[in-house]
Amino acid sequence: MSVNLTLLLVMGVLYACGIYLILERSLTRVLLGLVLLANATNLLILATGGYAGLAPFFSKGTDSGDYNDPLPQALILTSIVISFAVTAFMLGIIYRTWALARQDDIQDDAEDRRVAKTPSFDAEDDAEVPQETSEFPLAAIAAGHTPDHPEAADHPGLAGSTPLNDDEGGGPR
Amino acid sequence: MNAASLAPLAVVLPILGAALTFALNRNPVAQRMVSIGLLALTLLLECWLLAAVWTTGTSSVTLGGWLPPFGVVMVVDQFSSLMLVVSSVVSLAVLVYATGQGMADGDQEAPVSIFHPTYLILVAGVSNAFLTGDLFNLYVGFEILLTASYVLMTLGGTGPRIRAGVTYVVVSVVSSVLFLIAIAMIYGATGTITMADLAVKLAELDPATRNLLHVMLLVAFGIKAAVFPLSFWLPDSYPTAPAPVTAVFAGLLTKVGVYAMVRTETLLFPGDTLNTPLMVVALLTMVVGILGALAQSDIKRLLSFTLVSHIGYMVFGLAMSSVTGLAAAVFYVAHHITVQTSLFLVTGLIERRGGSSSMDRLGGLAKLSPMLALLFFVPAMNLAGIPPFSGFLGKVGLMQAGMELGTPLAITLVAGGVLTSLLTLLAIARVWNRAFWRKPDDAEYPDPVLKDTAAVGLLPRTMVGSTAALVVFGVALTVFAGPLFQLAGNSAEQMLDRTAYIQSVLGGDAIVPGKAAPGTDSGPSLQGGAK
Repeated sequence: MSVNLTLLLVMGVLYACGIYLILERSLTRVLLGLVLLANATNLLILATGGYAGLAPFFSKGTDSGDYNDPLPQALILTSIVISFAVTAFMLGIIYRTWALARQDDIQDDAEDRRVAKTPSFDAEDDAEVPQETSEFPLAAIAAGHTPDHPEAADHPGLAGSTPLNDDEGGGPR
Repeated sequence: MNAASLAPLAVVLPILGAALTFALNRNPVAQRMVSIGLLALTLLLECWLLAAVWTTGTSSVTLGGWLPPFGVVMVVDQFSSLMLVVSSVVSLAVLVYATGQGMADGDQEAPVSIFHPTYLILVAGVSNAFLTGDLFNLYVGFEILLTASYVLMTLGGTGPRIRAGVTYVVVSVVSSVLFLIAIAMIYGATGTITMADLAVKLAELDPATRNLLHVMLLVAFGIKAAVFPLSFWLPDSYPTAPAPVTAVFAGLLTKVGVYAMVRTETLLFPGDTLNTPLMVVALLTMVVGILGALAQSDIKRLLSFTLVSHIGYMVFGLAMSSVTGLAAAVFYVAHHITVQTSLFLVTGLIERRGGSSSMDRLGGLAKLSPMLALLFFVPAMNLAGIPPFSGFLGKVGLMQAGMELGTPLAITLVAGGVLTSLLTLLAIARVWNRAFWRKPDDAEYPDPVLKDTAAVGLLPRTMVGSTAALVVFGVALTVFAGPLFQLAGNSAEQMLDRTAYIQSVLGGDAIVPGKAAPGTDSGPSLQGGAK
C-alpha cells in the first residue's frame, strides 16, 4: 500500500499540536486541541484507504482495482459530523463557564480538595470506645443518674460553596 | 424471518420517542406518556428477543441490504440480549423515577422538556452499542450515548455541573479519538470493520501488529469502562449530576465499556496474550477503587468509587478467559447494573429526605423513614456480597473460576476480591451507621430537615415506587440466579466458541480460525487488491 508522505507529515504535526493543546488548562485551547486531534484522525482514516483512484461509481470496462476505496470516506463523513456536534457543545460549555465564573480555566473539584485535606484521625471512628454503649446503661440506672453525652468533636469547617457560585453575578457586566 | 429482524426496533423505537417527545415539549403529560410507553414497548421487544435467541440461537440482520462484510450488521446473541433486557429494565425504572422527581420539583432540578428526548437518545445509543456487529457502528453507538450523556451531565448548567461536565466531555472525546484511531488502523491492516469478518482476518495478522491493535482498543474501552489507571474521571464527574442521571450513568455507561471489552477479548482477540496485564489491572481497580471509597464522606462519591472498584471484578472474570470465569463476569455485570443503579436512586431519596448526601450532615434516617432504610439496606448488602444475594453468588462464581485456574496471580486476585468485598462492606456499613443509625444530634453538622418530623410526606410515591421496583428486580436476580447463571454460562460458551457468532453473520460455511473448516478450505480473500 503506497502512502502519501505529505498526508502523514501533516497528520503527525496535527497530532503533536493537538496533544500539546489538550494538556493546557485553558478551555478554549483544549477545545482547539480536540478539533486538531479529530482532524488528524480523519487524515489517518483517509490514509488507510490507500492510493487515490477513480470515483467509486460503477462503469463498464473499469478494472475493480482502479476505483478509490469508498468506505474510509464514509467513515470520515460520519466522524466529521460527530466532531462538529461535540465542538458545538463544548463551545456552549465554555460560554457557560465564562458566564458563571468569568474565567476560561478548568477548575478543581471542591469536594476532592476537601477529602485530600481530611486528617487521618477521624474523631468518631478513632475515638476510644466507651465501656458502656447501651442507651439504658444498667450501672447508670442503678446509680440513679443519666450519663452526660460527650460533645461531638469539632471538625474543620465543611467546604463552603464552590468558587464558581461565589463569583456568580459579582463580576463586571 | 429470523429473530434479529426486529432487533433494529430496539434502537429505532427510542429514537422515534425522542423525536415525538421533542415535538411535544410544551405538553409534559403527553411527553411522559410517550417516553414511558415507548420504553416499555422496547423492553417487551427485548424480552421477546431474549426468548427467541434462547430457543433458536444467535441470529443477525443486515441493514440497508449491504451484505456483510461490507454493510452494517446487527447481531443478537444471548449476551447482547441479556444486556439489552437488564439495561432497559434499569432505564425504565430511572425514567419513572425522574418523571416523579420532575413532577414534584417542576423544572428546576431536571428541565423535563429537554430531559425526555435526551434520555431516550441515550437509551438508543446503549441499545445500538449492545446490538451492533460492526466496529465503526459501535463507535457511532458510543458517540450517540456519550453526546446524550454530555447534555444530561450538564443539565441546568449550574456551576458544579459545568465544572464536572468539562472533565467528562474532554476525557470522553479523547477516548473516542483513541477508539477511532484504533478503527482506522484495524481497517488499514485488515480491510474490514465487520466484527465477525475481523475475527477471521485478525488471526492472520503478524502478532506484533495484532497486539498493538488489541492494546489500542482495550485502552479506548478501558477509559469508558473506568478501569483503574483510566478511572480518575468517574468519581470526579458523576456525583454532581441530578440523581436519576447519575443512577443511569452508573448503571449503564461503564457497563457498555465492559461489554465492548468482553467483545474485544472474546471475539476479536481470543487467546491469552493480554490476560496477565488485564488481571493486574483488575486487581488494582478493585483495591484502589475501594480504598478511595473509604476516604469519602459524601454518599454519591463513595458509591462512585465502589462503582470503579467493582468494575475490577468484571475485568477479572474476563481476564481468565475460561467459561466459568466469563460466565461469572456476565452474571456480575447484570447484577451490578441493577444494584448500583438502585443505590444511586436511593441516594437521591436520601438527599430529598435528609437534605444532603453528605454523611457529616445525616443521621437517624432509619427512624425517620424506615422504608428508605429498607430500600438502602437490601441493595447495599447485595453490593457488599452478603450471602443470600446475587452479589455473593457472582463473587463466588469468580472465586471458583479463579481457584480452578490456580495460577499464583489468579489466587492473588481471589484474595484481592475477598478483601475488596470486605472493604465494600466496611464502606457501606459506615454509610449505614452514620446516615441511618446514629441520632441526628450526633451528626457533625445535622441538617435541620432531620428534626422536622412533619415533613415525612416529602418523598413522592412515584420515586419510592420505581426505586422499590428496581430493588425487587435486584432481589429477583437472586431468586432466579439458577436460570440466570445458566444463561450466563451459555453466553460465555458461545462467546468463547465464536462459531455461532461468525457463522450467523458470514453464512454457514464461514471458516472459524482455530476450528476445523466446515467445508472447503478457500476463504474469501477480499483484501488481496489493497497492496
